[in-house]
Amino acid sequence: MTTETLTPPVSSSPVIRKTTFANSTFMRMVRYTALRLVTMAITVTIGVYLTIMIANMGGYVDTIMRAEIRDNTTQSMLANPNNRSLDRAVLQKLIQDRIASQEERLGLNKPFAIRSINYLRNSLTLNLGRALNMTSDNGSKEVRLILLERLPATLLLTGSSELILFFASVFIALSLSRKYGSWLDKLTIAFSPTSAAPPWFYGIFFILIFAAIFKVLPFGGLVDSPPPDNSIDYGLSVFKHLILPASAVIVSSIFLSIYNWRTFFLIYSSEDYVEMAKAKGLPARDVERRYILRPTLPTIITNFALLVITLWTGFTITETVFLWPGLGITLFRAIGLYDTPVIVGSTIIYAYLLAFTVFLLDFVYALVDPRVKVGSGSSQ
Amino acid sequence: MIALKNSLRDLVRYPSAVLGLVIIFILMGIAVYALVTIPYSEAVRLWRGGEDVWYQNPKYAAPTWYNFFSSKKEPVSFAVNTADGSMKKTVTSNSPDISTVDIIYSFDYNYDTYPQEMTLYFNTTFTDKLPFASIVWITPDGRKIKIANMAVDHKSTYRFSQDPKLQKSLKSENVMQALFSDLKAEDPTLIKGQYQLAITGTTFEKASDINAQFVFHGDLFGLAGTDKYRRDLLLPLLYGTPIALAFGLLAALGTALLTMIIAAIGTWYGGWVDELIQRITEVNLVLPFLAILIMIGTFYSRSIWLMLGVTILLSIFSGQIKTYRAIFLQSKESSYIEAARAYGASNSRIIFTYLIPRMIPLLIPALVSSVPSFVFLEASLAVLGLGDPVLPTWGKIIDDAFTDGALYRGLYYWVLEPAVLLMITGLGFAMLGFALDRIFNPRLRDI
Repeated sequence: MTTETLTPPVSSSPVIRKTTFANSTFMRMVRYTALRLVTMAITVTIGVYLTIMIANMGGYVDTIMRAEIRDNTTQSMLANPNNRSLDRAVLQKLIQDRIASQEERLGLNKPFAIRSINYLRNSLTLNLGRALNMTSDNGSKEVRLILLERLPATLLLTGSSELILFFASVFIALSLSRKYGSWLDKLTIAFSPTSAAPPWFYGIFFILIFAAIFKVLPFGGLVDSPPPDNSIDYGLSVFKHLILPASAVIVSSIFLSIYNWRTFFLIYSSEDYVEMAKAKGLPARDVERRYILRPTLPTIITNFALLVITLWTGFTITETVFLWPGLGITLFRAIGLYDTPVIVGSTIIYAYLLAFTVFLLDFVYALVDPRVKVGSGSSQ
Repeated sequence: MIALKNSLRDLVRYPSAVLGLVIIFILMGIAVYALVTIPYSEAVRLWRGGEDVWYQNPKYAAPTWYNFFSSKKEPVSFAVNTADGSMKKTVTSNSPDISTVDIIYSFDYNYDTYPQEMTLYFNTTFTDKLPFASIVWITPDGRKIKIANMAVDHKSTYRFSQDPKLQKSLKSENVMQALFSDLKAEDPTLIKGQYQLAITGTTFEKASDINAQFVFHGDLFGLAGTDKYRRDLLLPLLYGTPIALAFGLLAALGTALLTMIIAAIGTWYGGWVDELIQRITEVNLVLPFLAILIMIGTFYSRSIWLMLGVTILLSIFSGQIKTYRAIFLQSKESSYIEAARAYGASNSRIIFTYLIPRMIPLLIPALVSSVPSFVFLEASLAVLGLGDPVLPTWGKIIDDAFTDGALYRGLYYWVLEPAVLLMITGLGFAMLGFALDRIFNPRLRDI
């Protein structure tokens, strides 16, 4: 799930000529920023519109929903004892009216092409609207509330596991790159193919070992049932439930992650200027900090930023396997219930976060890497 | 050619690559074996088959090799039939119309627990007069227990534990316990030894005949065990191999090749083509990959081949295209391309015979390394309940096991068997991919 791009940013082409006019630099930046914003906006719009089309099956979900409304309304009207005494024609009319009002409530009375544009406008303005079938645990149909309710659980799982994973792998990789060829280094390389399996797969083994055989940790869920009253016990209970899914996520990619970072650092530490620094007799710490970490900072930041966005999406399958009530499982349920607003809602937020981060990264590069200038020549 | 030979020689230097290759070859062998012995339609029929196909197997039976690891030996299931000669049948005619059919089957019972159930399936031929059968059970200590006397119809089934008459005559609700121990003893324990089932049938017509099948449901079955629907798990384990390999390899190959071709076309033509490809890549980055697969699985079809197509389509325009593009931009300027242009080579000739072949060393490791993720993707979809409904796959077994709470109930074999196969497949390709990466990527060679 983590998109790791361990190649240095393409735009890091050295700028030969120093611009002396602050004015032209400023103008170039404005032009570049505007262009970037426009392309981002178009990208996000197309992406979200495609998602809307798929989530509605190009309008076919409408047909399903119409049939469902017709069925449910007719059933409930016929089952209602108050309606027994009514005349057939009157009852029929009543049912039709009820169906029409239901369809109007969901906006089904307008053609799909128009509604898809409405959807698009609403979602782009983050007006997520109301869910069709799903409700939050509090009983609300607001998509915003449904998603917000699940956000803490997802962020707890993704945040704890991904952050540990990221920092552990960067620091272990850095120390491994210092003494490459050691048995620890070889062990990491030997273990890196284990990352071929996704987190849920390790989850199964962890459940088997720690929940089924040794019975020390729970099979799944967020807290014990019934949940403890006092907040310390509650926290401990959540922590106990968090251990297995979080370690599944960490174990499933730690070795590959360490391997990638280690290779990346090694490539950078074989640069001439590093050799030069070593030859000058600088202490290893300084070489590491000023000559290896500094030029690799853009890549580290990119990876970290992309990781922070993926936290939002949750791990659909891991959450399903561990019955973790997060966003991933909500999205999965929403799809099963044809609940387009929820699907689109979670997509749009992801799209915005992604676009925003990518946009921001350009400027961050310029801050941390003096070789990069915003909008300098080559496009990314 | 020489380069290829050299890289093969390099490959042998990496033990992990050799191990990976061995694993892949074994898997290929299993896949071919599965496809040859079980045709596609037959596999689907068996996998979709219900009680009528799988009635011989017990439910939730662990594989037979469980006994190797456990001190308590559990009974192994079997089924014998007079029709194929695995159960002995002798016919003696007493008069023109009446004849006696003796069916005897003896077997050794050296297990520590009682079996689940024993069932007799009769298959008789007659026109008017029903044949008659009496069933006797002979224990190792020589006791003869009368099980039942009955007239048998064309197709009739006799289940030992569910016969109220037998329960009454044995004075026990638990028929299996009564049959496999001496209830009259003070502390009834299981008696090991040779048991015998004897059926004496009498037919009252000339062309009348009795055939019987004796189905013994122990706690263990076959090499792989069975699931909730009595299906032999060996079938999906065997047949899942070609499916997993086909899905993984096709998706990896399709994605890698198409990505490369599109990147090459984009860089070669430049201008709006390149721009368009770049924009599509960015849009694709925004699209939620797994969510779209789930939507397609839920809304349209769960066919594995459709999923494969969508997977390839969504994976083509990935970040990889940018990496390839950067390299193509360099090689586009090389002198041999200029030479090709000078002699008037067509665009497609330059793309397909000069640009792309140069990239194959980069392509191969990436391709092999991406196979496991696609193999696991198929399993992931199955775990979400979106596996192909018709095909027996590894992911489907895990999904079935999970929905049935196999881990809670201690049916570990059900989850472990497909999981271990998935793991081995993933490891095989990943190990080979890693070694290939180091061979073809000289920058990594020393580190």
